[in-house]
Parts: sequence; C-alpha cells; structure tokens
Amino acid sequence: MNLIGEKGVRRIFLATAFSALSALLLIALFIINEGVPFIVKYGIGDFLLASTWNPKEGQFGIFPMVVASIWVTLGAMLVGAPLGVAGAIFLSEFVPVTVMRIVKPMIELLAAIPSVVFGFIGVVVLAPLIRTYLGGPGLSLLAGCIILGIMILPTVISISIDSIQAVPRSYREGSLALGATTWQTVHMVTFRAAKSGIIASIILGMGRAIGETMAVIMVAGNAVKIPHSALDSVRSLTANIALEMSYATGLHRQALFATGVVLFVVIMILNSLAIMAMRKRVAKK
Amino acid sequence: MRIHPRHTQRIAVTVLGGATLLTLAVLVFIIVFILEKGLPVVGPGFLLEYSEDMGRAGGIFTTIVGTLVLPVLAIGLAGPLGIATAVFLTEYTVETKVTKVIRFGTDCLAGIPSIIFGLFGFIFFVTTLEMGWSILSGGLTLAFMVLPTIIRTTEEAIKAVPKSYRQVSFSLGATRWQTVKRAVLPNALPGIVTGIMLAIARSIGETAAVIFTAGSSLRLPTSIFDSTRTMSVHFYILAREGISLENAYGTAAALIIAVLLVNLAAYWTMHRFIAKRS
Repeated sequence: MNLIGEKGVRRIFLATAFSALSALLLIALFIINEGVPFIVKYGIGDFLLASTWNPKEGQFGIFPMVVASIWVTLGAMLVGAPLGVAGAIFLSEFVPVTVMRIVKPMIELLAAIPSVVFGFIGVVVLAPLIRTYLGGPGLSLLAGCIILGIMILPTVISISIDSIQAVPRSYREGSLALGATTWQTVHMVTFRAAKSGIIASIILGMGRAIGETMAVIMVAGNAVKIPHSALDSVRSLTANIALEMSYATGLHRQALFATGVVLFVVIMILNSLAIMAMRKRVAKK
Repeated sequence: MRIHPRHTQRIAVTVLGGATLLTLAVLVFIIVFILEKGLPVVGPGFLLEYSEDMGRAGGIFTTIVGTLVLPVLAIGLAGPLGIATAVFLTEYTVETKVTKVIRFGTDCLAGIPSIIFGLFGFIFFVTTLEMGWSILSGGLTLAFMVLPTIIRTTEEAIKAVPKSYRQVSFSLGATRWQTVKRAVLPNALPGIVTGIMLAIARSIGETAAVIFTAGSSLRLPTSIFDSTRTMSVHFYILAREGISLENAYGTAAALIIAVLLVNLAAYWTMHRFIAKRS
C-alpha cells in the first residue's frame, strides 16, 4: 500500500464508495431499457388497465395482477403490521432487556428462513386448512396474505424495536413519575415519539410484501383474474414475471420486463418514503 | 365508559404478549415442522449422492456444491467492495450531499426485490455479457444483492470502534490508512464477519434471483461458466412440480439447517464482539 500512497488509497475508496449507487443505476437502466419501449409502444393505459393477459394473442393487460398485488400487500399489512408493532412494543417496553436480547435475534431468524420454505408451509399446512374450513381452492389470496404477513414480521419488529429504543429514557421517566402505567406511557409518550420509525418499518414491510415472489407463486394459486373474494386464486405482478420468464421471448419478454418496471417504480417510491420517515426520526433525535 | 388504568395495563400486557408469543410460535412451528418431516430423509447418502430422475431419487450432492459455490463468489466480489465503501463513508469523509446520495443508493438497493435482481442478472450478465446461465452470472447477481447488507453492517461495526483508538494512532504519527488498517479494521472485524455471514445466509436462501441467472442444471459444475442448481432452487422445483414430496422435505431440512447454522455463527460472533467491548 506504500506504493500507492495515502492519496491513492483515498482515491480507491472514493471509487468503490459509488459501487452500490452504480449497481442501483445499472439495474434501473437495464430494466427500463428493456421494459419502457414496450410500455410506450403498447400504451401505458392499455398495459396497466386492460384485464386480458394473453401473450399468445399479443394481449398484455396487467390490471388483474396489479389488483392482486395491491390486495395481497394490503392483506399482508393487515396481518403483519399490528402483530409486528405489538411484538415490538411488548419486547422493548414490557419485558426485561435480557429477554429482549434473546427473543429479538430469534425473530430476526424468521427473516433468514428462505421464502420458498414459507411458500411450502403455505401449500402443505395453510392451504388445506383454508380449503377445509373456509372453502375455495385453498391456494388463494387469503393464503398469500397470511404467509406474506408472517414474512414481513421480522422487518416490522426489528426496525420498530430500534426506533422505540431510540426514544430518550427521560420521556418515559417523566411519564412514569406522573403516575402513568407502562401502557399509558407507551401509548401516550413512547409510541408517539417513535411513530416515524414505526411507520418506516411498516413501509419497508410493504416493500417486502409487494416484491416477494417465490412464496406468492406457491400459495396464491396464480389464476389471472380479478379476485372477487379472499378465497379466489390470484396472480401477483412478481409471480407473473417469474412464472413466464423461463419461456418468454420477443414481445412477451418485453412485457414481463415492463411489469418489472412497474414493480421497480412502486418499490422506489416506497423506499424513498421509508427513508424519509427514518431521516425524520434521526433528525428528531 | 372509562376503563381503569390498571385494567388497560392488564389488557395491554395480555394482547401484546399474546402477539409476541404468536410470532415466536410461528417461527418454532415452521422450523420444527420442516425438520420433523425432513430430517428422516437426510442421511449421508442423501447428502453425498447425485440426483437421479430429476430429483425423484438419489441425493442432493450437486445442489450442495451449487449452494456453496454461489455465495463464495458473491461474497468474494461484494465483500471487498462493500467493506471499502463502508470505510470510505465512515473514515474518509464527513457527511456531505455526496455521502447522502451514496447512503440513499445503498438503502434503495437493499429494498429492491429479488425478482428484479433476477431480471437484471438475466438481461445483463446472461444475455448482454453472454455469460449464459452460469455460476458466474448467478454469483455476480447475488453480489449486487448482498452489497447493501455488507456496507451497512460494516459501517455499524466501524462506528462502534471507540474514537480514542484513532486518536492514539494519529498521535503516534500514523497516517489515515495506517490507522484504518491497524487500529480500526482489526477491532471492527467481528462485526464485519457477522455482516458477511448474514449475506451468506441470504444468498443461500435466495431463489428468484438465482433461478434466472445460474439456471437449474443438476450436473456437477466443472467451471464457473457451467450452470448449477442451488438447494433452494432444487427444493422449489421438487415442491412446485410435485416431483418428490419426500425429497422436497429432505432438501428443505438441509437448507434450513444450513441457514440456521450460518445465522447462529453470525450471532455468536456478534455476541463475543459485544462482550469484548463492554
């Protein structure tokens, strides 16, 4: 390293520092380059809002998939967000720190379980239960929501705990000194102070849910139609890409990349919102 | 009607505690369920034999090789890059617009879903750069995917090194690079290793990004230009195409054990790191 000198080392580090940013731009460039010409040619209205997806006939309307992705994501939030935030509050405010130190890594372990395994559990455990007790094919919107809701738990819990712990102790002490119970302190003081971080955790969870692919393919049934009930089989945007990518060519492949562009844009918006909420938290601290 | 604070407190503990227990129960259920069904299938033969008849019979040896090779390549590339990025962000610069943009890029990259990485890897490495479905394409794609994980964890580890270490090093006349090399990085190492292990665990479990870049060949790869199949992809294909439920359970059990071991090792390293600090 003496050969390069201090300035040289600095330059190398500066160059590598742009690696992640360049990776992001490269990804954006190639996905857009492959997908946007198709959207322009086909018409963004026809692409997003038409309900017929029939690649053989040259019909590429992704509306049913858009609706499915929205429902699956909202459903997952309904399952995952309350459960996750409740868990985060309980672990950071109601149990001793030693318990939290053991349980938090365990919950983060849930994030390490491969998504195909979650999908598989959905197929062999959850879907038969839904089929038996609620009817329908089992592999359904509802199954997708529950599995995705579980999958986003670690994201929601872990980031919520961090932001709850970032609330200064003096806030809690002030509240407790006034005679408030732990719960009163949580919902009147701590929760409000940690709100932007908790919101960020939920938005990040949403990003995970909308982008999840393998688990949704396995449990949601994959029928291209607008769902009328939670027990209907649905196909998400991500599932559409992954199911047809292996054999798609020409216009069909471009349409799949265009689906990727839609997904990419939605994710970037969600990411930016989450990052903004996190920054607000840091600024407040 | 106002409920007495003592009662709301009790209700809160019950509801919140119940939610936490439910989360833990789901985790335990998933792991126990897979291991209970899968472990009886996993034996030396299963791990060391080649797959036969699309995975209907035989073992999963070639997919274990694929599962080992892809993360090694990915970390080999993303590790040095990510660590260097983190060193630059923490030691070589102050907070400016440029670092804000770099951080934004890192955070966004972390949120990109794996299917997008798969699409990108397919169009860039497999098609445009003509690497085909290969270990190289898969490894490069995974490197892109785990880069933010490594940057973030390394940054945290470097920030945890006390300021006084640097001050002592500088006061002895060391240059910045000498300080980074001799004082900062050795002390941040366990944290960095933890990040790398989490990145490995993520690569092992990945399916969507791998299946479109590394392909799904069951043959034993002889070079990095050969296609390969990881355990995750193998499990997905076995389960989804209904090839063999028994072998699917076996593969899932092997996969879960691999991921859990890597994660436990990561937490163990981190724990020792923290214990040493305080």
